[in-house]
Amino acid sequence: MRVFDEELTALKERILRMGALVETQVANAIKALVERDTELAKTVIATDHQVNAYDVEIDEECIRLIALRQPTASDLRFITTAMKISTDLERMSDLAEDICERALELTEEPQLKPYIDIPRMAECARTMVKEALDAFVNRNADLARKVCRSDAFVDDLTSQIFRELLSYMIEDPQTIRRAIRITFVAKYIERIADHATNVAEMVVYLVEGKIIRHTTI
Amino acid sequence: MDETTALEVHDLNAWYGHTQALRNMSLSMMERRITAVIGPSGCGKSTFIRCLNRINDLMPGFRVAGRVLFKGQDLYAPGVDPIEIRLRIGMVFQKPNPFPKPIYDNVAYGPRLCGIKERARLDALVEESLKKAALWDEVKDKLHHSALALSGGQQQRLCIARALAVEPEVLLLDEPCSALDPIATGRIEELLLDLKKNYTMVIVTHNMQQAARVSDTTAFFMLGQLVEFGPTSQIFTNPRDKVTEDYITGRFG
Amino acid sequence: MRIEAHTLARMLSRRRRMELGFKALAVTTLAIALGSLALLLLDAIADGAGRLSWQFLTSFPSRKPEEAGILSALVGTVCLILLTAVFAFPIGVGAAIYLEEYAGKSWFSRVVEVNISNLAGVPSIIYGLLGLELFVRAMGFDRSLLSGALTMALLVLPIIIISSREALRTVPRSIREASFALGADRWQTIWHQVLPLALPGILTGSILAFSRAIGEAAPLITIGALTYVAFLPDGLFAPFTALPIQIFNWVSRPQAGFHANAAAAILVLLAVLLLMNALAVFLRQRYQKRLNL
Repeated sequence: MRVFDEELTALKERILRMGALVETQVANAIKALVERDTELAKTVIATDHQVNAYDVEIDEECIRLIALRQPTASDLRFITTAMKISTDLERMSDLAEDICERALELTEEPQLKPYIDIPRMAECARTMVKEALDAFVNRNADLARKVCRSDAFVDDLTSQIFRELLSYMIEDPQTIRRAIRITFVAKYIERIADHATNVAEMVVYLVEGKIIRHTTI
Repeated sequence: MDETTALEVHDLNAWYGHTQALRNMSLSMMERRITAVIGPSGCGKSTFIRCLNRINDLMPGFRVAGRVLFKGQDLYAPGVDPIEIRLRIGMVFQKPNPFPKPIYDNVAYGPRLCGIKERARLDALVEESLKKAALWDEVKDKLHHSALALSGGQQQRLCIARALAVEPEVLLLDEPCSALDPIATGRIEELLLDLKKNYTMVIVTHNMQQAARVSDTTAFFMLGQLVEFGPTSQIFTNPRDKVTEDYITGRFG
Repeated sequence: MRIEAHTLARMLSRRRRMELGFKALAVTTLAIALGSLALLLLDAIADGAGRLSWQFLTSFPSRKPEEAGILSALVGTVCLILLTAVFAFPIGVGAAIYLEEYAGKSWFSRVVEVNISNLAGVPSIIYGLLGLELFVRAMGFDRSLLSGALTMALLVLPIIIISSREALRTVPRSIREASFALGADRWQTIWHQVLPLALPGILTGSILAFSRAIGEAAPLITIGALTYVAFLPDGLFAPFTALPIQIFNWVSRPQAGFHANAAAAILVLLAVLLLMNALAVFLRQRYQKRLNL
C-alpha cells in the first residue's frame, strides 16, 4: 500500500472517531435533557474541547496533504470533503453543547411538559448523523441521498413543536421562559439535522463529483 | 466565447513498421485553446502530436491511416504539401534544439527559407518573435552571439520564438519543459498562457500538474488509445474513466 | 555481507598487483609501436638529412645522385593530390549525402553500402589495374596526370564516402527536425543545417584519405607513371611522376648516393603527410570552435 493511501485511510479513521464522539454527544445531550441529568450535561460540555482538537488536527492534515501530495480527482474530492465534514461535525458538537446548557437551565425549574416530539426528533437527527457518516465510510451516495430526504421530517417536527409551545405560552405566560428554551432546543436539533444533511451532500460530491447543495433532490 | 474547431482528428491509426502506435483516435482541438495530451510513456502521445504537422513522415517505416482536418482541410489528403502544413502548424521539441548559429539567424531561419531577404523586414520579424516569446529583453544586446550560449530555458524560448517567426496558426509542443528546471518551466507556462490569445496549442506533457496548470482541455492516452477527453478541470477533479482516475491520482499500474 | 579486514586487504593487494601488471603490458606494447616508428624515422634522418637542401627540392632527377632532386616528383604529387581531391571530394560527399539522407533503407541502398565497405578494403594495386584498363586504355587518357588522379580518386572514394556518412550521422536528429518543422525541405535542411555541422568530420576524413593516397606507389606504377621525368606537368594529359615512385626508383638503384636521396625524399614525403594531417586537425578545431562559440 502506498504511503498516500495510508495517510488517506488515517484521515478517514480520524473523521470517524470524531463523528462517533459527536454522535455520542448528541445522544447524551438529549438524554440529559429528557432525564434532567445535570452531571451528564456537564460531561457533554466538557468533551467539547476534544472535538475542537479533532477539527484542528483534521484541517491541518488536509492542508498538509494538499500541499505535499497534490491530490487530484477522487483524492482531491476526499480531502476537501473531509475538511468540510469536520467543520460540520464541530458545529454539531457546539449545538449539543448548547442543548446541554439549555437543559441545565431547564432543570432549575419544574418540567413544563413530558417530552414526546423532542426525543423523536433527536433520534431522527442522530440517525441522520450516523447514516451520513456510514455513507461517507462506504462511499454510498444512495444512503447519503436518503439522509438528505430525512431532513424534511425533522423540519416538520420543528414547526409542530413550535406551534405546540406557542399554545402553551398563549395560555400561560408563566411558561414563556421554559417554552422559549425548549423552542431553542428544537431549533438546535433541527440545525444538527441540517449539518448532517451537509455531510450527506458532501458524500454525494465525494462519490459522484456532483455538488447537490442548494438544489432539490 | 466562440469555440471554433482548429484541428479535428478522425479515426487516426499510426504504425511504426508493424507496431501500431495509435488506434482509432478521434478528438478535436479548439481554436485559441491549449489542449494537453497526457499518459504514461509509450502511450502514443508524441506520435500523436507528430502526426499533426506530418513531421513523422520523415520517420522510416511510419504509416498513417485516418484523417486529420485542419480548418476542414485533410492534412493527409493526396496533393497536400507537408511543407505548407509545417509553416502553418509550428512545433517545439522536447529538448531545446537551437541551431548552432547566432540567435538572430535562428529566428530568421524560417522567414529566410520563405524568401524574405530585406534586412529591415527580417529585423522586425526577429524582434517581434523574440518579444512574443518573452526573450527579447534578455537577448536584444547579443543577437549575434551563439544561441548555444543561452541557458536551457532561454534556448527553449528561443525555439518558441523561432517557431513563431514563420507566423503559424497552431503551435505543437512536445514535452517542452521536460529538460528544464521549475523556474524556467514556470516562465514557459506563463508564456503559453499568454500566447493562447492568438494561437491554438497542443502540448504533450509527462507532468500532470503542468497539464492542469496550462490547458483548457486534456486528453488522456493509454496504449495508443484515447481513454478520456474533456475539460481539464473535469479530468482533474472528476474523471469519468477508472483508468484515468488511477493515472491522475498516481495509482497507475 | 561483511568481509573480514585481512581478507579484504589480501583481495585489494591482489587487485593492485593485477592492475600494475596490465599497466606494464600496455606501456610495453606502446613502446614497441612507437619505438619501431622512431627507429624508422631516425634511420631515414641519418641517411637522408644530409641530402636535404634547396637544391634537392628544386632539381630534376639526374644520373648523378649528388645533382639529382625531386622537383618533378614533388610537383607531380601535389598536382596529383589536388586533382584527386577535385574529383573525389564532391563525388564522395555527394554519394554520402545521397546514401545517408535520401536513399532510405531499401535493399538497393544496403547492397551499395556493403559494396562500398568492401571496396575500402580492396588492395590498391587492383585499383591500379582498373585505372590502367579504364582510363589509360579504354578512355585513352594515356599515362597522364588525369589517369593517375582518376585512379587515385577511385581509391579514396570509399573512404571518403564512409567517413562522410559517419560525419553526417553525428548531426543530431533534433536539428533536422527543427529545420523541417520550420518548413524547410530536405535540401534546405541539408545545406543550411546538416552540412555545416558535418563539415569538420567530412574534411578530417577526406584529408586523411588523401594523405593515404599520397603515399601510394602501387596503383601509379600499375597505370605506368614514369620514373624519370625531367620536366613539370603542363596539363591534365601530361606525363608525370610522384614522390613514392621516385623513392621506389632510387631505392632500386645500386649506388649508395641514390639511397641517401631516397631517404631524403622519404623525409619530404613524411613532412607533406604531417602537414596535411595538421591541416585536418586545424580545420576540425576551427569549425568546432565556431560551432560552440
